[in-house]
Amino acid sequence: MRPRNLNFFTIQFPITAIVSLLHRMSGILLIFSIPAMLWILQMTLKSEQQWDSIGVLMHNIWIKGLCTFLMMGLLYHFIAGIRHLLMDIGIGDTKSSSRLGAICTAWGVILGGIIMLGYIIW
Amino acid sequence: MGGNPRGHNHVRVYNMVTSATSLGRTGLQDWLIQRISAIILAGYFSFIAIYLGVSQYFNHLNYITWHTLFENPWMKFFTLVAFLSLVAHAWIGFWTVSTDYVKSVAFRLILQVGMMVFLFAHFAWAFVILWSI
Repeated sequence: MRPRNLNFFTIQFPITAIVSLLHRMSGILLIFSIPAMLWILQMTLKSEQQWDSIGVLMHNIWIKGLCTFLMMGLLYHFIAGIRHLLMDIGIGDTKSSSRLGAICTAWGVILGGIIMLGYIIW
Repeated sequence: MGGNPRGHNHVRVYNMVTSATSLGRTGLQDWLIQRISAIILAGYFSFIAIYLGVSQYFNHLNYITWHTLFENPWMKFFTLVAFLSLVAHAWIGFWTVSTDYVKSVAFRLILQVGMMVFLFAHFAWAFVILWSI
């Protein structure tokens, strides 16, 4: 059999590969956050008491952290998804431009995340 | 390999489905459904984010306003369309990822069928949530 290296820690990945992998991972994460999202929707629409109980829940630091993590996942998937759609119509589908697109995605998520966190905290 | 795909029996039939768990009939159809559902979902979540941000900024986000938003039949319609898009989008996405990484046919089938049931069940739940308003 041909020699193969499957130790990912020894492989240098281009940024496009990392952006793509994170897109997949955030997608899977989002699928498994569907039950929680629906539960929150149900609670917030049921009654004033349930709305308040969700508000109280959100003050818990662990819940806040988890929600932030999920929202970052959504933000990431959204921005990387826009890059996919742009590539479909021909924007950023060459080797150099797609690398630029990957860098823009990373920066977009970082900046968007900072804005989002800033809004939540204040 | 050109010619009429449904022609003679020694020519490949192009519209034959070989995957039992994918959503579209062809990879191209999956690709299209993925893009359409992505645009719908992008629109819906952008709307929700802007609504939450703006109403919170003007201190207008509370149980009453939120409930009133979802009492609107157009909002129910938009939400259901978005959730249906989510089911399609997630199904195709999960099918792609599981087909890439899970090489055992039996295990992959269990995962994919499980995901279908999961998504359908949640669609039913979303429907019930919206219609009990």
